[in-house]
Amino acid sequence: MAKYVTIQVPRREPPPAPEAAGEQCKKCGASLEKGELERNLRVCPHCRHHYPLPSHERIALLADKSSVSFVGEEVQAVDPLEFVDLQPYPERLSKAQMQTGLSEALLAARCDVAGLPTALGVLDFQFLGGSMGSVVGERFHRLAQIAVDERRSMVIVAASGGARMQEALFSLMQMAKTVVAAQLVGRARLPYVTILTHPTTGGVFASFATVADIILAEPGALMSFSGPRIIEQTTREKLPPGFGSSESQLTHGQVDMVVDRREMKDRLAQIIRFLMGGGTRG
Amino acid sequence: MAERRSPEGAWQAVQLARHQDRPQTLDYITQTLPDFLELRGDRLHGDDRAVIGGLAGLGKRRIVLIGHQKGHTLAERQEHSFGMARPEGYRKAMRLAKLGEKFGLPVVTLVDTSGAYPGKDAEEGGQAGAIARSIELFANLEVPTVTVIIGEGGSGGALAMAVADRVLMLENSIFSVISPEGCAALVWRDAAEAPRAAAALRLVAADLLEIGLIDAVIPEPPGGAHTDHLATTRRVMHEVQLTLGELERIEPAERLRLRYEKYLRMGRYAVTNSK
Repeated sequence: MAKYVTIQVPRREPPPAPEAAGEQCKKCGASLEKGELERNLRVCPHCRHHYPLPSHERIALLADKSSVSFVGEEVQAVDPLEFVDLQPYPERLSKAQMQTGLSEALLAARCDVAGLPTALGVLDFQFLGGSMGSVVGERFHRLAQIAVDERRSMVIVAASGGARMQEALFSLMQMAKTVVAAQLVGRARLPYVTILTHPTTGGVFASFATVADIILAEPGALMSFSGPRIIEQTTREKLPPGFGSSESQLTHGQVDMVVDRREMKDRLAQIIRFLMGGGTRG
Repeated sequence: MAERRSPEGAWQAVQLARHQDRPQTLDYITQTLPDFLELRGDRLHGDDRAVIGGLAGLGKRRIVLIGHQKGHTLAERQEHSFGMARPEGYRKAMRLAKLGEKFGLPVVTLVDTSGAYPGKDAEEGGQAGAIARSIELFANLEVPTVTVIIGEGGSGGALAMAVADRVLMLENSIFSVISPEGCAALVWRDAAEAPRAAAALRLVAADLLEIGLIDAVIPEPPGGAHTDHLATTRRVMHEVQLTLGELERIEPAERLRLRYEKYLRMGRYAVTNSK
């Protein structure tokens, strides 16, 4: 039997993103007032560079105030294969939990988005690279079932390096599991929208992220199945600047629109309202 | 859980799974499907030679067969992109699977790939979306589906063609989220640790059967599948027929429900009651 690893972690505020601590935008070099980035949803007011947004802040951005109840927190990671690399998997997990204040990479909630009932899931890249293991898959599944049972739209914000290697083939199979779970939402004729943020790669990009009805992307996010380094090593092609970026994916027909974080909630609400039978104007 | 396979034991299976003389999709066709009719192209962009597909008689049945082809010689390997499919390969697989569904033909896939083709054009042509939609389409097919992993089942590029009612594996085939070399490079910063990674990943058929992620293991001739193409390919196709026979006895709606349930159950986690 697999050894269960349950680590209780007090929920606390995630630390500020390291980039935000500086006085300069690392992208355009413009000087920023203290706290200016945080006040601006971690978007540089000068060059519009989108910094990573912790999952709790993402939920606060998209969900209506006091409409949020978290779901799936009862689903916790185990170490099914007793995977030991440089350190045992349970140690990696508890370290990630301590560092992020999160219990796993997917934070899921039922909430309202501009008054529209929604099942919202947010992957946090700070938690083991947003990697997808059994817990991400099962929380996704439970969230989808809640969407179906309560007639909610499903919205997922992705940020992931791909599969959780320490769960080996169990993690690969979460690609199939999440795609099937998304089918439950689709068969109930409920909208499924994904928001792809930096970076969305590997098994997440090639599963639930890209089977949505509508795919939105934040500006400047990298999306690729194989990593750029692997591509350059294998094929010896030099990749052009902007390869795999949201803007490039848009011109190659892989996403529906690139949406500034500051307009994301309005755009999302507009789409959901339309697909649920309302008009396109707020 | 049973004793972990030794790094040497796991590595031996990896090498047999990748053996250049191991029977590949075209060998299965030559040996066991004399009336195979190859169908080409994805109807959108191109014809990916890393994926071979078409119509065939198998015993009393008519089937759609789709499989990866790596090639044996260097020239063949180049022609078939070493079995690494591009989006057009997955789109061809989808198109042929749909054809099978339309005419009530079971769909059989043979998986043998180190992974999806990692290239600029493949990425820009929608590699991720093609894999995701292939998983979706195979999950929803109304006809019986059987996958046999005949060599390497490498990551998402394999899974795109390995979602089925039953997934069988040849004894020395492997199925993994990442190559042992990739895992070793990531974890130990040293690809030479690949045998250790192979053991840790539990990627060999018997180990995956034990943890419930596949449905059956098909024995190989002593020495490995490459030593006897005829015996191996016949054995595999015999098992495929038996499996299809079982699946055909299930009502289509029930079969689809069971397939959904199987994939929705996958994963290992704990459920705590404290919140």
